[in-house]
Amino acid sequence: MNKASTVSRVDTPRSRRLTELLLTLCAIALCPISMYLIDPDRAVENRMWLQALLVQGVGALILHAVMYLRARYADPFILPLAVALNGLGLAMIYRIDLTTPANAGAMQLMWTGLAMVVSAVVLFFLRDHKILLKVTYISLLASVLLLILPLMPFLGLEINGARIWISVGGRTFQPGELAKITLAIFFAGYLSTHRDLILLAGKKIGPVRLPRFRDMAPMVVAWLISLAVLVFQRDLGSAILFFGIFLVMLYLATGRLTWVALGLLFVVAGGLLAYNYISHVHYRINAWTHAFEPEIYNQPLGGSGQIVQGLFGLASGGLFGRGWGNGRPDLVSYSNSDMIITALGEELGLMGLGAILMLFLLLISRGFRAALGTRDAFGKLLAAGFSALMVIQLFVVIGGVTRLIPLTGLTTPFMSAGGSSLLSNWIIVAILLAISHAARAPHVVEAFDSADSVDYSGSEADGATSVISRITDSTTPQGGRG
Amino acid sequence: MNTAIRRAWIASACIFVLLLGTLTYVQFFDSKDLQANAWNSRTLYESYGSQRGSIVVDGVEVAVSVESNDGYAFQRTYPQADIYAGLTGYFSSIYGATGLESAMDEQLSGNSDAQFYDRIAQMFTGNTAAGASVELTIDGELQQLSYNLLQGHKGSIVALNPKTGEVLAMVSSPSYDPNVLASHNAEPVIAEYAALNEDPDRPLYNRAIAGDTYAPASTFKIIDAVAALESGEYTADSVIPNPQNLSLPNTDVTLPNYLGGNCTARSEATIEWAFAQSCNTPFAQIAMKVGQEQIAQTAQNFGYGQDLSIPLTVSQSVFPTNMEDSQLALASIGQYDVKTTPLQVAMTSAAIANEGVQMKPNLIRSVKSHNLSSLYDFSAEQLRRSTSPAVAHQVRDWMVNSVDHGIAAGASVDGVSVGGKTGTAETGTDTVNSWFTGFAPADDPQVAIAVVYEDVDTTTGSQLSTSAAQQIFEAVLN
Repeated sequence: MNKASTVSRVDTPRSRRLTELLLTLCAIALCPISMYLIDPDRAVENRMWLQALLVQGVGALILHAVMYLRARYADPFILPLAVALNGLGLAMIYRIDLTTPANAGAMQLMWTGLAMVVSAVVLFFLRDHKILLKVTYISLLASVLLLILPLMPFLGLEINGARIWISVGGRTFQPGELAKITLAIFFAGYLSTHRDLILLAGKKIGPVRLPRFRDMAPMVVAWLISLAVLVFQRDLGSAILFFGIFLVMLYLATGRLTWVALGLLFVVAGGLLAYNYISHVHYRINAWTHAFEPEIYNQPLGGSGQIVQGLFGLASGGLFGRGWGNGRPDLVSYSNSDMIITALGEELGLMGLGAILMLFLLLISRGFRAALGTRDAFGKLLAAGFSALMVIQLFVVIGGVTRLIPLTGLTTPFMSAGGSSLLSNWIIVAILLAISHAARAPHVVEAFDSADSVDYSGSEADGATSVISRITDSTTPQGGRG
Repeated sequence: MNTAIRRAWIASACIFVLLLGTLTYVQFFDSKDLQANAWNSRTLYESYGSQRGSIVVDGVEVAVSVESNDGYAFQRTYPQADIYAGLTGYFSSIYGATGLESAMDEQLSGNSDAQFYDRIAQMFTGNTAAGASVELTIDGELQQLSYNLLQGHKGSIVALNPKTGEVLAMVSSPSYDPNVLASHNAEPVIAEYAALNEDPDRPLYNRAIAGDTYAPASTFKIIDAVAALESGEYTADSVIPNPQNLSLPNTDVTLPNYLGGNCTARSEATIEWAFAQSCNTPFAQIAMKVGQEQIAQTAQNFGYGQDLSIPLTVSQSVFPTNMEDSQLALASIGQYDVKTTPLQVAMTSAAIANEGVQMKPNLIRSVKSHNLSSLYDFSAEQLRRSTSPAVAHQVRDWMVNSVDHGIAAGASVDGVSVGGKTGTAETGTDTVNSWFTGFAPADDPQVAIAVVYEDVDTTTGSQLSTSAAQQIFEAVLN
């Protein structure tokens, strides 16, 4: 083992910005190519492919430039993965516009550009993600405000029984999408600072040590907010998402599975109550368990028609899919938003959907990787929390359309039509990039310059792996490189 | 905390595996069931909006899918509507498919085994499946003529090539317009279907091969004649009593001779003469003498009681069993419970004309995939030997005599030796069903036909059917 050479490589970790640029260029090509495949004649005629190429290209270049300037060691895979997913979503939304009265493509493209610019701006000013730790309680307040907004008279908008939209100047917006970011920031901030108190102060009941109520109070508040969302906004999907993040981040911070189990008990209890007392939830569950019964299928409100049509779409795609533009996503309602997975499954097949899932898995893995790599508890919690957020969202969406769990309205990250969703996901990308930069940036190494005690043996520096993560890892009993 | 993060990552990976698992279940294992689900309008849109192959007659499309923009990609149309409705059937998103649209569905839709590699290729090229086109053996001009001859009447005309079994014309009247039923607009389809179904004239049936089947009447005497010769009880020289009325055994019913001919002229007759004048009583005696087993066997040899697909499904013709002699006597002249189709009657004449060999009737000349490679080509197929060449020759001569010197003279064609047999079926009302079956030319048969006009009076019917036969023979031979 040549220690000197290993160290010298570690001394100058590569930024990997070129890798990122090349991968991003490939990702940018996905959308125009897909648009061309959907209908070559119309693609040439309406020039959407060119607009998509320009918007995504410029957006990605801006992000790339900001990363080069401000977060040079940011993870090289996050941007291309996000661009690829966003591009595939754009192509499908454009494709659905062609055969339905929907006209969401241009809007989605505009939001894509806007969200990428906002992402660049966030990354530019968020040179150190730990700034966010200072806004822990402001985030809680912001979350509450964002979630209350749709309930305001004149401002709020009820669509299909769920009151989760606000209408400003004729445009609709889902504040809840941003609330998931602020809630995650709050959870990360609160848990990282109160972790020890929560863990150690408290009574032991049997084998389970429960935290003191005062330590958990803000968490309970946040949890109640999510319940309130369920009751007043009748949005089951968001409620599951908020409660899911709460549980996951509580686990990440404390490592106590018993608490997660307790939390799940609450979910079951809450679910039973909701099933019995909230008609919206009752319908959802019935549509799930009795999807193929005629009276449920034909029920105009809260029936299983959407689930069943979505299943037909997936089934029609089969292994290889019908091919771009050859499916019938027009037969599934909300095929460009909540049900976009069924449209993708129909046209790209199990193979294509599997590939998309792999892109998501890579993306969340990079998020977890940044969480492992960064040294501060807040950064770890935030990065892992955002990753878990995407996992939960995908689980709720794909589990819903495949009838693994009841179908609830949630967007597919980066893909579903909807500006608020795109915006929040691109802001998450910016924060993840900032955290991954903190994880990989070499300046921290200087503090350990003479740390000869650090054992590098067996650690083949793989470029994307930061020396810092190895150092911190080696201090934990589990060790390993992550 | 890193342990928890790692575990969270592992849990996430497990969730992805779970999601891939449920997707695999829905998209692969459960896919067939979901696609077969009755609520799956996708399947409906797909199959009823697909680009089916055309049905072609003499190079002209009689059923063709044209592009449509009403949610279905294609609309099935029938340019010649009524003329071919009995053959093409309809292709309706509400009532399914009938006729060749149903019988040749696998080929037309591109789902037949022979098109397997085409489908694989399409899966990779992304082209939507295009079905194979089906060309019929029908002679377009003859079909048009037959249709015109039946206009304003109920009835059917079938023309076969006796040597090959090719169906040259097959018309059922009244017909209907399959375009209306193939429409994607549900309300008019439902209304039209209800109207057609309630129509007492049953336009949706192809009378030539299905429907209520007919009493063959005196056309059945061809089979009696064959049975008589085959039994050995009779020869061409046999002389049989020809009473004007025959008392049927064990009943007080008498069987009268046909009044339209010249039967009163002779009190006893040869089979040839009785055949030409279509006298009932000699044939009733023949049947009672040779026995119902012999008649039934001969009938079976000509196709009675046999399944047949051309590839439209043909209703079985029926010769009853366990009859009293009185019933047998009536059955021998094609009444009582004898039931047949015009196709069966035409096949009987065809077998006589073709030296006793019955060729398998077939409507399909060729099936060509969308890239014009041939998936099927017609080749003549022997269905069965119905009788010996000697017997066939004898009966053929009797049928020629029936046109030359008997009551089937209306079908004669100048300079051509035509064989034929008329029939008049009593239907219990004051009208009759009037038959003609025959072939031409007798020495080199090009066409065998069956013509039936329903609910006509005896004289008009006889003129209609023989004159129709004459025009068809002339059309084929010129």
